[in-house]
Amino acid sequence: MTELERLTARLTAALPPDAVITDPVRLRTYECDGLTVHRATPGVVVLPETAEQVAAVVRLCGDHGVPFVARGSGTGLSGGALPRTDGVLIVTSRMRRIIEIDIPNRRAVVEPGVTNLAITEAVRDRGYYYAPDPSSQQVCSIGGNVAENSGGAHCLKYGFTVNHVLAAEIVTPDGEIVELSAHDPGYDLLGAFIGSEGTLGIATKITVRLSRAPEAVTTLLAAFTGIEAGGQAVSAIIAAGVVPAAIEMMDALAIEAAEAAVHCRYPAGAGAVLIVELDGPRAEVEHEFAAVERICRDSGAFEIRVAASAEERAAIWKGRKSAFAAVGRISPAYIVQDGVVPRTALPRVLAGIDRLQEEYGIRVANVFHAGDGNLHPLVLFDDAVPGEAERAEDVSGRILDLCIEHGGSITGEHGVGVDKARYMPRMFTGDDLDTMQLVRCAFDPRGLANPGKVFPTPRLCGEVPGVRKGAHPLVEAGIAEQF
Amino acid sequence: MHNQDMPDGWDALKGTGVAVRTAGDGDEVAGVRPRWVALPESAGEIAAVMRACAAHDLAAVPTGGGTKLHWGAPPTRCDVLVDLCCMNRVIEHAAGDLVVRAQAGVTVEALAGVLAAEGQELALDVPVPGTTVGGLLATGIAGPRRFRRGTARDLLIGVTVVLADGTIAKSGGKVVKNVAGYDLGKLLTGSYGTLGIIADATFRLHPLPAARVWVTTTVARPVTETERAPAVAGFLPATVAPVTESPLEPSAVEIDWPDVDGPCTLAVLVEGAAAAERAKTLRELTGEAAEVTEEPPPWWNRLPDDDALLELRACPAALARVLPALREAAHASGARPAIRGSLAAGTLHIGLRGRPGQIADFVGLARDHAEGTYDGRVIVLAAPEETARRAGIWGRVGALPLMRRVKERFDPDHRLSPGRLAGGV
Repeated sequence: MTELERLTARLTAALPPDAVITDPVRLRTYECDGLTVHRATPGVVVLPETAEQVAAVVRLCGDHGVPFVARGSGTGLSGGALPRTDGVLIVTSRMRRIIEIDIPNRRAVVEPGVTNLAITEAVRDRGYYYAPDPSSQQVCSIGGNVAENSGGAHCLKYGFTVNHVLAAEIVTPDGEIVELSAHDPGYDLLGAFIGSEGTLGIATKITVRLSRAPEAVTTLLAAFTGIEAGGQAVSAIIAAGVVPAAIEMMDALAIEAAEAAVHCRYPAGAGAVLIVELDGPRAEVEHEFAAVERICRDSGAFEIRVAASAEERAAIWKGRKSAFAAVGRISPAYIVQDGVVPRTALPRVLAGIDRLQEEYGIRVANVFHAGDGNLHPLVLFDDAVPGEAERAEDVSGRILDLCIEHGGSITGEHGVGVDKARYMPRMFTGDDLDTMQLVRCAFDPRGLANPGKVFPTPRLCGEVPGVRKGAHPLVEAGIAEQF
Repeated sequence: MHNQDMPDGWDALKGTGVAVRTAGDGDEVAGVRPRWVALPESAGEIAAVMRACAAHDLAAVPTGGGTKLHWGAPPTRCDVLVDLCCMNRVIEHAAGDLVVRAQAGVTVEALAGVLAAEGQELALDVPVPGTTVGGLLATGIAGPRRFRRGTARDLLIGVTVVLADGTIAKSGGKVVKNVAGYDLGKLLTGSYGTLGIIADATFRLHPLPAARVWVTTTVARPVTETERAPAVAGFLPATVAPVTESPLEPSAVEIDWPDVDGPCTLAVLVEGAAAAERAKTLRELTGEAAEVTEEPPPWWNRLPDDDALLELRACPAALARVLPALREAAHASGARPAIRGSLAAGTLHIGLRGRPGQIADFVGLARDHAEGTYDGRVIVLAAPEETARRAGIWGRVGALPLMRRVKERFDPDHRLSPGRLAGGV
């Protein structure tokens, strides 16, 4: 009997009858997340319904020294929820209760399996919404958002998951249930936990901030002959002191793909389109809209469309939101990257990507959150052509190098996961990574929580060095304070 | 083992080449006088000081403007004060990227001056003049606009830190959108110098708002003895809720209640395009007696200055119960509170006048009510030593065991600001 089999027997005894999956066919359905190039069939899958059950599973994993991986809806794009064949996959899809909606305090308390959009749907008719809006928001879970510190098109103005979570109940890798609250003095453990990609524990209850729905929303689409003119408009908008809710850009190849897929009918002949969304108090939006429209014309926009209704707004967004899937129409396979550069470096980085396309003979479609410099280059290739997948992978890596060279990041919102762990040493020094590892060791000294993700080389934590071996028992119990 | 051999430590510090001096009056950390003061000029120099401290088991406490050195618990030992006053350079202001990187010793006022020249700002209010970037992060202090913009942790995008063993590490970077690796900056926010010495920090910026307008009104004027408290309590749901729930997006909603038996002033800040127009609409919500001004009221973004200073954190809707409870605590304890803060964000600062025992009693009553009835916190930011000892500084800290484990990994020998935080951390 393997360790995993012994553990599975105990999991079956500890959980409700249908909460443990061992059937190989059913296990296969969990073999990857949204990044399908990485696959591994989990050793066993559990579907807990309560925090106590999650804690029990984690404690049993600890007893047997078996690694565990948490998974929400499995929409992640970095392989953060890639299972371990020798481990347990803890799926939170049965924890989808909205526990409390508290409008006077502008917050909601939800379980991790609740979808991002479900929160907004639950409070929309009272004039509120949950601000972070990853493009998978209809499906993705709030627990996954917390793990990845998810953003979305509107995070330019409103920030990320970490700016909208007020408290979280987590199960630590020791199997303890702990409340992390923004009210607590001391280290911002809540902030450090959000975005830790499941390596510091599993969120089992999340208190999110609800935002007042804006009084007015205006969406504008501007068509330019080329990406340079569009980029110039973006810089001028920012320089004018306007902070739009979103500024998105697509290049000619991305427009072509979107046209083929969803017939978004963007202006013919556009070498780049810019989508600018403004929201807020009506008086403010009207004022800023006038400035944005003028800037776009001054920067050479040859056509500007303004959405006058929710339907027209949806039509403008349709092409942008379909872009990832749409490139499937013009290329058999593609890699999505998520690098970030300082906004002012965009023209140089895009020129660099052009050079890479020529050098490798690989096409790259550019879709990006232009306001915050978050690129989503889609590296197109044909996996039937020998060597092309490898060349595409090379181009992809060199795009990340370009981002790092210009002072940017290898990932803006998709996370490091298993996919980009090997690029971490290009962005951070050994000392930086070792210091981050101290956090990991504080939470998870045995390295059982989502091992192999985020960091390239797993390290042993070891005992805490030094003369002190733990705190005084009374202090540990929270009964006494040491001064 | 505690090294008492002064010449060894002194020589080691001098041997780093970093400017050092003997500590004097005014160098105390919450009443504890260090032996020496080191004045590094770079992250590398901080690292050299920390390595010397490690070699000789010297405890170090960082300081910036020194404006909040009396906050927090006294360090259990303090040999070297690491004064970052020489690290006062704005390293890079990338105006086009709305990002600034500054050394830890830059004051928020100096930073604001540099940013304003390009029409930008760090959209935080810092209620203690002379606060440095490092001190802002280490204490996590924030002012009125926390309602709209959050606190320092929400605008911090990158940090360089020197650990107890002299390791220089960074996390984040200079782009706003970045999820690569753990966010060490978050851990350092509110750390009171116990995890590492912040060498520099990078923040996201905002354009300076086109206009700022305050709508100010005095409420709960005492009519009869019995009506005073209920008037304040009743006022909150009746007037503040429509303001915060309006789509006019105020940036801050503050009260100033200098005497719990007297009137209370409410001030709402509206900023951005068309601020005046929005302020007019807000005035209709707050009442015709409200004044609309382009200058803040004199108490705006200032902490009450008294014998002791508390921070109360609560869910905003709980404040209707909190304010009468604070008034009761004042009457029961004999301490006299001056209350100021962000109604909309649920954070109040309370200045207290009174004898140490009265203040300790007030803290006990307010904290029992906070922790017992609305999951709030009452933290003693600054107080006379006797008060702090009697009342306890931190109150409940839910995740204290985890905090302690982080401390043990970062500073296993407890050489960095030991004991400054809760539970001996």
